[in-house]
Amino acid sequence: MKLSEERVRYVAGLANLTLTEDEVRKMSADLGEVLTHMEKLNELDTSAVEPMAQVLFEGEETATLREDLERPGLGSQVALANAPLSGAGCFKVPRVIER
Amino acid sequence: MTAPTGIASLTIPQIREGLARKQFSAQELATEALRFAAAENPKTNAYLHFSPERALEAARRVDEKLERGEDPGPLAGVPVAVKDVILTAGVRTTAGSKLLENYIAPYDATAVIRLERAGGVILGKANCDEFAMGSSNENSAFGPVRNPVDPERVPGGSSGGPGAAVAQGTAVAALGSDTGGSIRQPASFCGVVGVTPTYGRVSRYGLIAFASSLDHIGPMARTVGDAATLLRVIAGRDELDSTSAFAPVPDYAAALDGQTRGMKIGLPLEYYQGLASETGDLVMRGVERSTRLGCEVREISLPHTDYAIGAYYIICTAEASSNLARFDGVRYTSRSAHSQTLGDMYRNTRGEGFGAECKRRIMLGTYVLSSGYYDAYYLKAQKVRALIAQDFAEAFREVDAIVTPVSPFPAFKLGEKLDDPLQMYLSDIYTITGSLAGIPCMSVPCGKTAGGLPVGMQILARHFNEPGMFRLAGAFERDGGFEG
Repeated sequence: MKLSEERVRYVAGLANLTLTEDEVRKMSADLGEVLTHMEKLNELDTSAVEPMAQVLFEGEETATLREDLERPGLGSQVALANAPLSGAGCFKVPRVIER
Repeated sequence: MTAPTGIASLTIPQIREGLARKQFSAQELATEALRFAAAENPKTNAYLHFSPERALEAARRVDEKLERGEDPGPLAGVPVAVKDVILTAGVRTTAGSKLLENYIAPYDATAVIRLERAGGVILGKANCDEFAMGSSNENSAFGPVRNPVDPERVPGGSSGGPGAAVAQGTAVAALGSDTGGSIRQPASFCGVVGVTPTYGRVSRYGLIAFASSLDHIGPMARTVGDAATLLRVIAGRDELDSTSAFAPVPDYAAALDGQTRGMKIGLPLEYYQGLASETGDLVMRGVERSTRLGCEVREISLPHTDYAIGAYYIICTAEASSNLARFDGVRYTSRSAHSQTLGDMYRNTRGEGFGAECKRRIMLGTYVLSSGYYDAYYLKAQKVRALIAQDFAEAFREVDAIVTPVSPFPAFKLGEKLDDPLQMYLSDIYTITGSLAGIPCMSVPCGKTAGGLPVGMQILARHFNEPGMFRLAGAFERDGGFEG
């Protein structure tokens, strides 16, 4: 199986990922090879199998809930400290609304 | 008091004794450990950066406790390396990625808090494959790590830095992380002990997420006892990680002296077929040693083994594509300078920042989750995962532990497998099955090849049976099994 370059570009769009033309070509071959290997799973009849989404189910379903008590968060200063651009207590991004 | 000697081979009990007898103070040990690590690091690139202020502060607290006659904790003064995917407040945490080159973690991972509360001294942050994706540590944006056993070879991955630091003696122990073998495989390549505990045994709070249903934090050390001591410190329920386990944490080190007579060990025939290699011979020699230790060895079957790679790489890439979506140039990372619109900024930041392997996994994960493919890939993989877990559950009705190789081959040369992603993925076959089932697994050294390369033997046990796993590993080590 080969993943077409058109398909690679579509998936890269979904993933918000800019790829160079070289990367698109290489991705088309590499992903195709891995996906071909993955098709092996179709040999198995899993119609009666429950999917496993997590490892353990010990304890009551509510055991992981805590009392709804107020507790301090990081605070905006700390939360913004690693942002490439911030101001007025907010993350700044390129303008999305024209006025 | 004098500076400690033989720093590269110190163990936790030796440090405890040295402090108790006032042969050295924790601050003297930390100072010497930092000096030694900085001097030796250029040989391997195991550390990405050091945290001397934090280390000396932790050591000072240990010395103060000792002076006041208080218990300084089970890790008092122990120099530790922390893989750079684990957050350390106020210290750079890069995950081996150019994107996080300047990221200063705003809080500590739970495992880090527990480690320091027990007296541990964090020397610095250890190199790794970018976002813990890789089996050779060649995917780090800050250069590969060299194996201290042979600098032309890889240390394994993704916890290559922690493995190399422990093997090189620039840390007594390390915190690694493991999603599909990232602790066990570098442990085997570097000739140290690496433990992937039961899923949920150690809180993931503060671990930069790769594949949340598979990620673990675990210890790496030069002895089974040191790994057991470190695991006990970091294990246990944490309300900041809702998947962390409630089960009480036993004294793992106490299990080491236990009897192995009558212990039943299973050898999965699927793992040994076609394993005609030096690695296979060394692992079989380890198995024979277990028989001499009184274990009963029998063949078992894990019939869905062949499907594990496919299931694993669907699940882990799907989860990774979601987890890595947060790195978009807004909150944590540098931002592409070449963008006018918000969408371009996301796409270009990610395109310029992620390395080749991360891009490959984001693409695979996005593809298998994309509209029309979810059932065929992701749901199917989750069902196959259930079958693999069931294989283990059935095997553990018959046996107490399973013994297998860790990797099909010992440490390979830098660059040797870089251009063939599928071959690199296929080499994870022995470690990913245990990861999918969420059971505890560990790598212990079982000798060296004729060329002098370490080989690891993997021990797997049922959920929460770390004590049984450590018991076998401890008996194996005492009997000289690490030497082969």
